Amino acid sequence: MDNQYAIEMLGITKVFPGIIANDDITLQLKKGEIHALLGENGAGKSTLMSVLFGLYQPEKGVIKKDGREVKIQNPNDANDLGIGMVHQHFKLVECFSVLDNIILGVEPVKGGFLQKKEARERILELSGKYGLKVDPDALIEDITVGMQQRTEILKMLYRDNEILIFDEPTAVLTPQEIDELMQIMRNLSAEGKSILFISHKLNEIMAVADRCTVLRKGKYIGTVNVKETTKEELSRMMVGRDVEFAVHKEDRTPGDVILHVDGLTVASKLHKNNAVRNVSFDVHAGEIVCIAGIDGNGQTELVYGLTGLEPLKAGSVTLKGKDITHASIRERSISGMSHIPEDRHKHGLVLDYSLEDNMILQRYFEPEFTSRGGTLRRSNIRSYANRLIEQYDVRSGQGAITKARSMSGGNQQKAIIARELDKKPDLLIAVQPTRGLDVGAIEYIHKQLVTQRDEGRAVLLVSLELDEVMTVPDRILVMYEGEIVGELDPRTTSVEELGLYMSGAAGKGAASDSAAAGPDHTKEQEEVLHE
Amino acid sequence: MNKKESILKKPAMQTFISSLACIVLGLLAGFIVLTFIDARGSGKALLDIIRNFFRYPSASVALKYFGNTIVKTAPLLMCSLSILFSYKVGLFNIGVAGQYALGAGLALYAALGWQLPWYVCVLLACAASSLLGAISGFLKSYCNVNEVISGIMLNWLSLYTANMLLTIVKETTSPYTKNIVNVNQSALLPNMGLDKLFNNNQYMTIAIPLAIILAILVWFILEKTKFGYELKATGYNKHAARYCGMKEKRNTILTLIIGGALAGLGAAMFYLTGYEQWMCTQSSVPGMGFNGIAAAFLGGLHPIGAIFSSLFIQHITEGGAYVDKTLYCSQISDLISSIIIYLCGFVLFMKLFLNKWLTRRDEQKGGRS
Repeated sequence: MDNQYAIEMLGITKVFPGIIANDDITLQLKKGEIHALLGENGAGKSTLMSVLFGLYQPEKGVIKKDGREVKIQNPNDANDLGIGMVHQHFKLVECFSVLDNIILGVEPVKGGFLQKKEARERILELSGKYGLKVDPDALIEDITVGMQQRTEILKMLYRDNEILIFDEPTAVLTPQEIDELMQIMRNLSAEGKSILFISHKLNEIMAVADRCTVLRKGKYIGTVNVKETTKEELSRMMVGRDVEFAVHKEDRTPGDVILHVDGLTVASKLHKNNAVRNVSFDVHAGEIVCIAGIDGNGQTELVYGLTGLEPLKAGSVTLKGKDITHASIRERSISGMSHIPEDRHKHGLVLDYSLEDNMILQRYFEPEFTSRGGTLRRSNIRSYANRLIEQYDVRSGQGAITKARSMSGGNQQKAIIARELDKKPDLLIAVQPTRGLDVGAIEYIHKQLVTQRDEGRAVLLVSLELDEVMTVPDRILVMYEGEIVGELDPRTTSVEELGLYMSGAAGKGAASDSAAAGPDHTKEQEEVLHE
Repeated sequence: MNKKESILKKPAMQTFISSLACIVLGLLAGFIVLTFIDARGSGKALLDIIRNFFRYPSASVALKYFGNTIVKTAPLLMCSLSILFSYKVGLFNIGVAGQYALGAGLALYAALGWQLPWYVCVLLACAASSLLGAISGFLKSYCNVNEVISGIMLNWLSLYTANMLLTIVKETTSPYTKNIVNVNQSALLPNMGLDKLFNNNQYMTIAIPLAIILAILVWFILEKTKFGYELKATGYNKHAARYCGMKEKRNTILTLIIGGALAGLGAAMFYLTGYEQWMCTQSSVPGMGFNGIAAAFLGGLHPIGAIFSSLFIQHITEGGAYVDKTLYCSQISDLISSIIIYLCGFVLFMKLFLNKWLTRRDEQKGGRS
């Protein structure tokens, strides 16, 4: 029987106590197409995928494979049906080789012995066929994120999966790697694989997908042909209103130097080299400076050095003319530094504390919240938290006493932003403030950053998202292997140029280590010399 | 959602139910073991354990023996406070057993060897035990040594230090230390009239009200003060604590120092009543510290809950002594109370179980609606 659909999920309804996660959702994946699944956080994408993988049983609806109704009780059933998934966070064994990871769980054995030779041939054949360049013998911990992802894709292909699900696959890649991935996805679909591409990045969906299904708040909004739609229409379907993509900001002349960093060097925890090497820059009042770069090029350590989470090996940090090189974290905070941390669960919040206790995390010791006898002033804390909740529109189940753990990612981030901005800092360090958030929340956070700038504060933004790097800051500093390899003006530069700097192909990293340097580097050096 | 469900979902209620379930399970397991050994007397033996001092028909005698149970509850409560205090800060202070042993050693030596008054003995015991805590805390903060490992090692060190120290002040003919009553009356904790309340039980001292006050104080510090806010933040998420400028290393050390002080205080509270003498040849740390772990968990890791759980565990332990020795060997009482105490530690597990059951029930309900 000829059926054009590889997998069909018809009228899926999944109810959790108090919430309908999926409400009569239909998703039809044609054979050989790239089908995008678009929706904000909490729209029900994850629930729908969990239903497909048999982790949840739907209350209503049927799943059909090749037109035949199937029951998926657990992930093994899904695997038997040829459904495979590349997770957002890779599921690889770090100290195993690429080959070992691919065959993990389906090892070819003869008489109890591994037959790696067969596996190797098969992997090389697959990797040639789809253009998935990997080194089968390299250890996962040594290879790039892009290659790790290709390993994950090979894992699915090795298992003869026909339906491939990519869960936000571009979040960790460079622009060049994203292009490569898009090409790989096209190759795969040309070979007859059906691809489900989960994303909330509209550019990528427009670039690669054939059709797109949009979910909003657990409801099915519609399926459109990507060729016949626009970015604006998709975003309207996803959010339910018009979204501003452009970040509106007026030109401003930067004021005095707020943050002055000179020769900053921070040791690495992973290897013997320094993670941050001799980095110097200034951030002025009323400007947003963005540190761009691929993840793992020293941005995290740079921020740790600035905020005092890690000691400096060399160099100095000056805030408003005051030397804070050796100041404690608390002293820096009181001197006017706010820090929206990269990892909101690790650093930003005490998840088992209530929202109100998290709101006072940076100022609980102030007389407003702690009496002279050392007891907490609960009623002041409550009213302070309520004010922030209202002002910054932080939504939660039970208001101030909600456990931070039970809140959505966007609202957790809003809580952190409320806490950090309410300190009225001179310098705001925001590290990937929009990571994992939906367009509505991103729009909100970008507005807040620009507001801070317009109120005359210095903002240091660290970002991996190209859209953000291109639209939010006034200046871009590109970091590569622990050094600042270029300074770009977002108004004049292009994504391609930025990508070259980020991958070390342009700027300081491209030239020999010390002598020859790109024009941007020279400028950087001059700035340092002038001090 | 109906009313019954919302009550079951309250954390305090869940803890209470879980604790009760653990107690029932423990008693059941004890009963099974007794039946296996000798079916004839198992029912009666279990009853003996539960009845403890209630077996005495005369109210006044029962009261006196009730006093004995309470006397031993005070140190147990202190040990469980030590455990739960550090547990709230994310530390598992298994060194409590050694801290208790060293506290006992110092308290008794100060009383018998140096002939010091009781308050000095108490302070010395506290100081020695907090020093032990400080060592564990320092190792944890600056050398990344797990406090469980250093705690267990220190347990042995402290046991033999106490044994060595107390051998100097032991009776010549027995392995036990001299009786404080005969050597230095000033080292006995004051009774403050409590002995009269319990039918002239001379071991009833200020230790009992003091232990209860300390339990309330621990609760107050953890829940109501800036200090407790900092400590708990460190325990829940030390990265976040560091991020917002708390001194998480200092907090770790301070927590274990306080934990040690509580355990040492417990030891002094018990041995300075003269109720029991230290046996200088003992080759394992007193069980009080480890029972403290069970009491802390059975009490739902709440200082006030610990008061009741400590009393229950001590009650069972005492009751074990009344098991019919003609049917069961003399170790049986310890065995049964250990089994019950062991299962009492499963409160968190029970809670998990209860929650899973509730979610499943909710899911099924959601499915039907």
